[in-house]
Amino acid sequence: MYWNKSRECMSRDELEFHQLQKLKETVDRVYHNVESYRHKMQQKGIIPEDIKSLEDLKILPFTTKQDLRDNYPTGLFAAPLSEIIRIHASSGTTGKPTVVGYTRRDISNWAELVARCLVMGGGRRDTVVQVSYGYGLFTGGLGFHYGAEKLGAVVIPTSGGNTRRQVMLMKDLKTEILACTPSYALYIAETLEEMGINRDELHLKTGIFGAEPWTENMRKEIQEKLGIKALDIYGLSEVIGPGVACECSEQNGLHIFEDFFIPEIIDPITEEPLPPGEKGELVITTIDKEGLPVIRYRTRDITSIKYEPCPCGRTHARIEKLLGRTDDMLIIRGVNVFPSQIESVLMAAGETEPHYLLIVDRVDNLDSLEVWVEVSEKLFADEVRKLEDVRKKIASDIYTTLGITVNVRLVEPHTIERSEGKAKRVIDKRKM
Amino acid sequence: MFVKQISVFLENKPGRLAAVTKVLADKGIDISAISIADTTQFGILRMIVNKPEEAMAAVKQAGFPASTTEVLAVEVQDEPGGLNHALQVLQQAEVSVEYLYSFIKRNEDKALILFRVEDPQKAVEALKSAGIKIYGSDDIASL
Ligand SMILES: [Zn+2]
Repeated sequence: MYWNKSRECMSRDELEFHQLQKLKETVDRVYHNVESYRHKMQQKGIIPEDIKSLEDLKILPFTTKQDLRDNYPTGLFAAPLSEIIRIHASSGTTGKPTVVGYTRRDISNWAELVARCLVMGGGRRDTVVQVSYGYGLFTGGLGFHYGAEKLGAVVIPTSGGNTRRQVMLMKDLKTEILACTPSYALYIAETLEEMGINRDELHLKTGIFGAEPWTENMRKEIQEKLGIKALDIYGLSEVIGPGVACECSEQNGLHIFEDFFIPEIIDPITEEPLPPGEKGELVITTIDKEGLPVIRYRTRDITSIKYEPCPCGRTHARIEKLLGRTDDMLIIRGVNVFPSQIESVLMAAGETEPHYLLIVDRVDNLDSLEVWVEVSEKLFADEVRKLEDVRKKIASDIYTTLGITVNVRLVEPHTIERSEGKAKRVIDKRKM
Repeated sequence: MFVKQISVFLENKPGRLAAVTKVLADKGIDISAISIADTTQFGILRMIVNKPEEAMAAVKQAGFPASTTEVLAVEVQDEPGGLNHALQVLQQAEVSVEYLYSFIKRNEDKALILFRVEDPQKAVEALKSAGIKIYGSDDIASL
C-alpha cells in the first residue's frame, strides 16, 4: 500500500530528472528572494544558471542553524508574509528560537509526506490515529494532525500529557496508530501497567515514533509492551517537520522522500561528501518548498544512506536509523560518545530498563562519566555480589564498545526524571 | 521448613529505609527480623515479616525492586558457642553460608538465626541429624 505510488515508486531516472528541475527552481527562488543566499552565492561566484546537473549541488554553500539564528526571525523566508500561513518554532537551548514559515502549498505538501508515513504504518481512511506529539510551536503535533486528516483517518488530537486520559481514549476509541516520541511511548506503556490494563485490551497496531534518537533495543521493548510495530519517523522543523523520512514495514532504514528532499552524507569535520554506507552528517536540500527552502542544510544528525531497492517497492533511498546528533555527541577524554551507544550497551546487557542518565564531570582536569541505571525487577538480586557483578558487567561492556572507563551507579526505579516529551539523558557539569 | 524472606533494593541515601518501613507499617505488617547488606552506593534490605505476600505487594507497589528468597530459621542456644555449634555442623557438611542474621524475637533461652545457604536441603539434613531445631513459617508465626 502506498499513498502516492507514482511518486514513491518512480524510477531513479525519473526521480533524478524531477530532482534536477526542482533543484534549479529552488536555487533560482532563493537567489532572487533571499538576500542571505544571494550574498553567499555571490561570494563564491555562483549564479543559479551554474546548476546544470545534480552533481552541481556540491558547489553550493551549506546552510546551518546559525544562518537561521543570524536571520531571525524571518530573514530566510523565500515567500512574502502574505503567502505565509503558518509559523512553527523550535526551542533554542540558548537565546532565540528558530522560526520557520510555511505557505499554503508547503502545508499541503507536508501533509502529503505525513500521509505517506501513515500509510507505511498501515493507515487507511478508517484508521484511528492518536497524535500524542505536542501541539503548538513544535512541529510534531500539527504536522501529524494535518497528515492524518489528509489521509482521511480518524484523528484524536490528544497532544502530550495527561497520560491516563490518553490511555482511556486509546482503549475506548480503539486507536490503531499512535504517533508520539519513543520515550513517551514507553511512558504510556508504564502507565498501562500502573492502570492494570493489558496490551491486549487495546487495538494498537502501529506506532510512528520520532523527534529523538532511539535504539533497536528500545524498539523491541516498545513493541513488546504495546504489542505493536514501531516505526521510526524523521524530520526537523528547519526542513519541514516530521515526514522527511520514515520507515516502511520492513523496518530496515527510513525512506527519505527524494521527490522533496535531496540528501547528502558528509564528514562533519572536513565537510567532504561520503559514499553510500558510510556514517556521517546528514545534509538536506529541500526542492519543493516555498516559505523556507533550505540549501544543503546541516542537520547535525548522524546516519548513513543506501540506495539498494527495498522489498516494499518504494524507490526512495533509505537512511539508517539515526544514531545521534553531532551536538549530542559527548567528547569524553577525547573519545566521541553518543548517548544512544551507551543505551545500546545497557540494553544488550538484557536486564535493564531503558532508564538511564549520563553524568559528565571534570575532576582534576580529567573527564569522568557516571552512568545511572535504574534497577529493574529483572535485574534485582538478593545478593550484593550479584548486583556488583551487574555493575561491573555494564562498565566493562561500555569499555569494550566505546573504549572509555565509566562508573556505573545502580539507582532505584523512577529516580531518573521522566519527561513526557524528550528524554533527558545527559547532565554535563563541565559546561557549568 | 523454609521461611520466606523479602529482599528490597535500596539506594544508599537518607530516608530510603524509613520509606520501606513506613509502607509496611501502613499495612500493619509486623517485622520479626531485619538486616541490611550495603555498599557505598546501595543496599539490600532483608526482612522476615508476618504477611510476606502482602508485604511484597506493598513494597512493589511503592516502586521498590524486591524479591523473595527462602531462608532457614535455625534455633541456637543463647549462650557462648551456641551459634558456633550450628556453623560447625554446616561446615562439616560442606554447606557454605551466604549470609546470616538474627531474629528480633526470642524463644525463651533460645536465639533464632536466619541462614541463607548454598544447599538448603543438605543444610537441613545436617542440622537435623545434629539435633538442631529448624523453625517453619508456622513456628515463627506462633512466637
Ligand atoms: Zn521500504
